[in-house]
This record gives sequence, C-alpha cells and structure tokens, in this order.
Amino acid sequence: MAWNEIVCAVLLVVGVLISLTGSLGLLRFPDFYSRLHTAGKTDSLAQLCIFVGLALIDQVTVDGVAYPVDPLIRIKLIMVALLLFFTAPTATHAITKAAMLDGVMPWKKGEPPK
Amino acid sequence: MFLAATFALLVGLLMILVRAVKGPTVYDRILAVNAMGTKTVILVTLLGYVSGRTEFLDMAIVYTLISFITTIAILKFIQKGRLD
Repeated sequence: MAWNEIVCAVLLVVGVLISLTGSLGLLRFPDFYSRLHTAGKTDSLAQLCIFVGLALIDQVTVDGVAYPVDPLIRIKLIMVALLLFFTAPTATHAITKAAMLDGVMPWKKGEPPK
Repeated sequence: MFLAATFALLVGLLMILVRAVKGPTVYDRILAVNAMGTKTVILVTLLGYVSGRTEFLDMAIVYTLISFITTIAILKFIQKGRLD
C-alpha cells in the first residue's frame, strides 16, 4: 500500500463517516432548519474529502488488471468537487429562503419535534 | 475499499429516503432530494472507480448540474405556482 492509497483510504473513511452522520442528523433532528445544517454539511465537506481522496489514486486494479489513472480523471474529479462545493450551499440557501418566505416557523425547546 | 464506501453511502441514501418520505413539510422533501442528489454524485463516482470505467465521472458532473437546476426549479414552482 503506497502512501497515496493509505491517505486515500483515510480520507474516504472520514468522508463516508461525515456523510453517514449527516444522513443520521437529517433523520433525527426535530426541525426543518436544524436538518438544513446537517444536509449542508454533508453536501460540502463529505464530498470534498471523498473526491480529494479519490484524486490521489494513480492506478485502479479491476479484476487483477491495474489500469493507470490518467491526469484528466483527476482534473475532472477536482472540477466536480469544486462544482459541488459551490452549488450545494447555494441550493441549500435557496431552500431556506423559500421556506422562510413561506412562513415555516423554527422549532423551540419543549415543542414536539416537527 | 471503494466497494465498502459505496455500500456505506447506500445506507446513507436509504436514511435520507426515509426522511424524504416522512418529511412533514414539502421543504423537508426538497432538502432530502437535494441531499440524495449530492450523495448519488459521490456514489456514481465511486462506482466508476469500482468498475474501472471513466465515463461514470462525466455522468457525475452532468448529474451535479441537473440536481442543482432541479432544486431551483422545484422551489420556483412551489413559490410561484408556475415556471414561466
């Protein structure tokens, strides 16, 4: 295991963990606005970790055959990561604004979860 | 390594699906669909690495754009009742 595959494995684990905690938060949080927080986190940080981790790989072994990863793949990976890094929070912001204008009231302590 | 990450993301997707079905307000559902779109992008990229095919990454790029536009379109439709 070269150094880059170890770093990639670590980044993948971190990204997947953040993604799972984000999904769990989306389930358990009592209110729409608190769920926004977790969804936004997975959109920006988890995908960044995973894509940067994947960008470090320089050869992929499929069925025992090792294919080299040409640099175009890495450029595309970084592009997708950056693209998601900008569009995901924008989408979350748009959802928040729409919910605010529609009059969704935030949850207060003691109320039953909405 | 990639396969394990793919299965873990599938579990995350199923959890978000539960929120999409259960979500009381319509904005919960849009939020869940948006989060699912982002996760699907990651899933497609990982599947590209599992299967060794590079076209999956192009699908991921296209799907990122589509999911963003879809979210904005749905919000506009709900707010204004029509899209034009």
